[in-house]
Amino acid sequence: MIEVLADRYVYLFVLALLAIGLYGVLAKTDLVKKVIGLVIFTTAIYLFFIHGSLQEDATAPVIDERGTDPALYVDPLPHLLILTAIVVGVGILGVALALLVRLYRTHGTMDEGLIVQHLSGIEPGVEDTAATDPEPGDRDPPDDGRGHDGGHGHDGDGA
Amino acid sequence: MSQIAVLPLLPLLFGAVIAVLAGLWNARAAQGVAIVATAASLAASLTGLVRVTTDGAVTYALGGWPPPIGIEYVLDPLSAFMASIVALIGLLVVIYPVDAAFDIRPGRGVPLYALVLLLLTGLMGVMLSGDLFHLFVFLEIYAIATYGLVSLGGAKGVFASFRYLLFGTVGSGLYLLGVGFLYFSTGTLNMADMAGTLPEIAGSPTVLGAMALIVTGLALKMALFPLHVWLPDAHSFSPPGVAALLAAVQVKAGAYALIRILFDVFGPAYTGSDGLPVSAALLWFGLAGVIYGSWLATRQADIKRLLAYSTVAQLGYIGVGIGLATRIALIGAVLHVLNHAVMKSGLFLVAGGIIQRTGLKSIPRFAGLGKRMPVTMTGFAIAALSMVGIPPLAGFWSKFYLVWAAVDVGNWVTAVVIVASSMLTLVYFLRLFEQIFVLEPREAVVADATEPSGRVIGTVSVLAASIVLIGVFNVVLVRHVVGPIADAAVG
Amino acid sequence: MDPQVSWLPAAAVVVPTLTSALIVAARRRPDVRDGILVTGAVVTFAIVASIVPRVVAGEILTTPLGQLLPGAELHLTADGMGMVFAALASLLWVLAGFYAIGYMRGDRAGNQTRFYAFYSLCLATAFGVAFAGDLLTFFIAYELLTVTTYPLVAHNGDGKALTAGRTYLGYLLSGGALVLLGIVIVYATTGELSFAAGGFVAGSMSPAMTGFVFALFAVGFGTKAGLMPLHAWLPGAMVAPTPVSALLHAVAVVKGGVFAVGRAVGFVFGPAALTGIPAQTLLATAAAITIVTASVIALRQDHLKRRLAYSTIAHLAYIVLGFALLTPASYEGSLMHIVNHGALKITLFFAAGAIHIAAHKDYVSQLDGIGRRMPFTMTAFAVAAYGLAGLPPVGGFLSKWHLVLGAYDGGHTAFAAVMAFSGLFTAAYLFPIVYRAFFRPPPADHPHGEASSLMVAPLCITAGLAVLLGLGDLSGMYAVMADVAGAVTGGAR
Repeated sequence: MIEVLADRYVYLFVLALLAIGLYGVLAKTDLVKKVIGLVIFTTAIYLFFIHGSLQEDATAPVIDERGTDPALYVDPLPHLLILTAIVVGVGILGVALALLVRLYRTHGTMDEGLIVQHLSGIEPGVEDTAATDPEPGDRDPPDDGRGHDGGHGHDGDGA
Repeated sequence: MSQIAVLPLLPLLFGAVIAVLAGLWNARAAQGVAIVATAASLAASLTGLVRVTTDGAVTYALGGWPPPIGIEYVLDPLSAFMASIVALIGLLVVIYPVDAAFDIRPGRGVPLYALVLLLLTGLMGVMLSGDLFHLFVFLEIYAIATYGLVSLGGAKGVFASFRYLLFGTVGSGLYLLGVGFLYFSTGTLNMADMAGTLPEIAGSPTVLGAMALIVTGLALKMALFPLHVWLPDAHSFSPPGVAALLAAVQVKAGAYALIRILFDVFGPAYTGSDGLPVSAALLWFGLAGVIYGSWLATRQADIKRLLAYSTVAQLGYIGVGIGLATRIALIGAVLHVLNHAVMKSGLFLVAGGIIQRTGLKSIPRFAGLGKRMPVTMTGFAIAALSMVGIPPLAGFWSKFYLVWAAVDVGNWVTAVVIVASSMLTLVYFLRLFEQIFVLEPREAVVADATEPSGRVIGTVSVLAASIVLIGVFNVVLVRHVVGPIADAAVG
Repeated sequence: MDPQVSWLPAAAVVVPTLTSALIVAARRRPDVRDGILVTGAVVTFAIVASIVPRVVAGEILTTPLGQLLPGAELHLTADGMGMVFAALASLLWVLAGFYAIGYMRGDRAGNQTRFYAFYSLCLATAFGVAFAGDLLTFFIAYELLTVTTYPLVAHNGDGKALTAGRTYLGYLLSGGALVLLGIVIVYATTGELSFAAGGFVAGSMSPAMTGFVFALFAVGFGTKAGLMPLHAWLPGAMVAPTPVSALLHAVAVVKGGVFAVGRAVGFVFGPAALTGIPAQTLLATAAAITIVTASVIALRQDHLKRRLAYSTIAHLAYIVLGFALLTPASYEGSLMHIVNHGALKITLFFAAGAIHIAAHKDYVSQLDGIGRRMPFTMTAFAVAAYGLAGLPPVGGFLSKWHLVLGAYDGGHTAFAAVMAFSGLFTAAYLFPIVYRAFFRPPPADHPHGEASSLMVAPLCITAGLAVLLGLGDLSGMYAVMADVAGAVTGGAR
């Protein structure tokens, strides 16, 4: 009985984390907070896996003098999966942070609404490039030859 | 030699590594590496396709560990078919000239083609993997490469890439969660193994929950309406070559995984009557996507944005086919995966050619292009007519099979919507036709324009020719490849 | 008689396609290009002409095309019905080819290469429509006919042409979509697509489903046949250069539509499937209403080509009515009217185009006394007007006679009366033009003569042809039509 309750408790906890993460991704307007939400979301999934492999009275799956009965050892696969998933997640996080850096350098803000507003000022289409870059400034040189990610420097329209 | 099951993947994987190094030395060399790698992969895929359609599926156990303990690669008709599409479109995109494909001239050390190869590696891995978790890893590999490539598209591209990252990661997360449910109730991750175990516990809440999570996650990945919100930005702001890859093959990875898992892993739990209303959901959301995407496409002035919304609509057809879940419907869906890949990549590559020569993206300024670029625009016309569904071009047949399937099960709404949607498709392509073919040149850039470079014409022509050939010989495809795929899925 | 394998039906489709490709290849040499157009037309006519005697002798020639759908063998088949349409189209194409060259040169039109290339391509698809041996081949040719005509309709590239092109594609591809749905239903329920005289769906479709599919076909094909209220694209399409209006919108395209109705009624459904459902009567009523309405509208048109367009709509409805009634005489009359109306209406359009080029006049009210300046053109016009009103001995009389007789035979007295009396309408909207041309004094404007002989000769020939068609049976064609009608309706006449 207690076991079942404990189980439910953990699942509810995971569910809460998922919900919090998803809420962060969808509802927060600050891009950094969105990324934090994403991390919470993925971490909840990791916890779910780790919890799933939980086994009382079992030890690390290194066969010792106690024998080869599988019940004596923890299922190692979920740990393995999550190790991989964490590595993948770190990769994604790295990309996300890199994009954030570029967004901040371009727009000088982390606010989604302001960035959208700023971007809608840039006309679509290559034919209209370079029309929106009053001060290329001392930012890092644009890495696409056409330079249509022109921005306003760090404090251009941040406020 | 069961290594054929992993052979299409290896050139891409090693090519990606070599391309990074080659790119450090010379940007051109990286493209050369990419061409060789994708060509090798295409050769392997086609060889595999021929083999598995005659001799049946082959498997390869990674590291010598037999399944279900080790990771298994499976090459069956469906995966070989998908792998061939990935390699073919990949090859054409890497042959396509770099300035037209990526809108930029990369300096040394920009790992452009390495990213493309990484993207293709991820896609190929999804197609070949016989293991649910391994599939997740490949989903994320191609996703990471995609985020990088989309961010090449200027300020808007970076922001689109960031948004896509959020949605994509949530999608893979949901998928992973579903896989966790399945693992803890069956104790295996191998697809074939799980398919054997699942019927015993079919209908259990865990399995149904897993199905819901996996379908939602993959529908997000394949941009099925209403989970498509990331797609229009990501596809229209990324450079043409990237958009071609994304629309043609990248979203199809989600569609493939959906077909594979629903029909091969869940099998009766999905196609049976006592499951979740997943198939109805896919069907109706697919139809809604067809209408919504086509409608919005009629309202776009930017050619790439038009094509992006059109992709939303076309993915809806695939959703409809999966949702109807009969043999004929699956033939339609699988055929449409191929047809849409060929048509949409062709259209994006034409758009790249236009941008390369004129810098124009806005359709009202295209007037008279047909006179200046007759060959390229003929390719455009073939691809667009095929999208509208003019027989005997490729696009007609997938619609034919879908309508047939709908009539067969007596689903008249579906039949009517699919038939009527071709008129919406006509509406948005007719605007392009009028500008390109009927009107005289107005803009100076158009009046002075010439045909794009030879490699643009070459790749577009190959795709246009494929559209005609696939259309005329579609019965061969259906009999020898797509039919067996559908038989295996629903049989 | 069993069909004989032959490459001739395919050749009739391939030669115009090749012609189109060669025209594009010769785009820098206008004379060579125009020569290729005429040569292609003549070769195609020779091919079709070589088929005619064999079909008259009772043979059926077929080119197998393999499969496009599992289990459905496709083929191009020259049977009696297809041969009638193909013979008409190929003969008139030769004349229209010369005429088009004269017209386009006289008009100093731009984009002539594109025009000729699509002109030939249209003909290729029209032969595909004529010789299609099954619904799928038919549908492919039918849709391609729509698509390849679009560049010709929008040829002028101005706002009017664009609007006309949009209307054109919108109507015709919507119709095609309905037809596609119908074809899929037929295929899904019967597993069969090949045309068979007398139909093949009877017994495998419920009456309700038969009615539904019939409605899909009737509305879908009716769009191309100009059946009201689906006709709006046709007057709009008159902005195209006159050779297009003449050959395509009097013969190839719209006749493709009525031909499709005939194929659907006679070779898909047949009398067996249609007994007991009101489908035929509904279609016939729609056609009868179209005859009267279009004739009334034609009376009020001042633009000559638009008046002819509404006249076309009315006469296409005669043909549809004859097919719909499905009696031996009416079916035969419809087939005859396809040919007779083709010859008559192309003469009228040729004359309208000649007037446009030589006199720069497009409106009926401008035509006072034009018969004195263009005697040949207007004489041909008068002959054609006389024939179209259904008076003997010109061809129109024979076909209307059969149509009325068939309607009366089948007990449809009302329809017989409509057809008999609407000849008066035809006279009412065409004869005043003849009167103006010959009996009113010409205005004191710029003098002009006939158009170039490249244009006048074809229209005189077509007028002569129309008269010949009224005098007797040309090369056994009428006999073939009677056989077809007998086989379809199951009753010898």
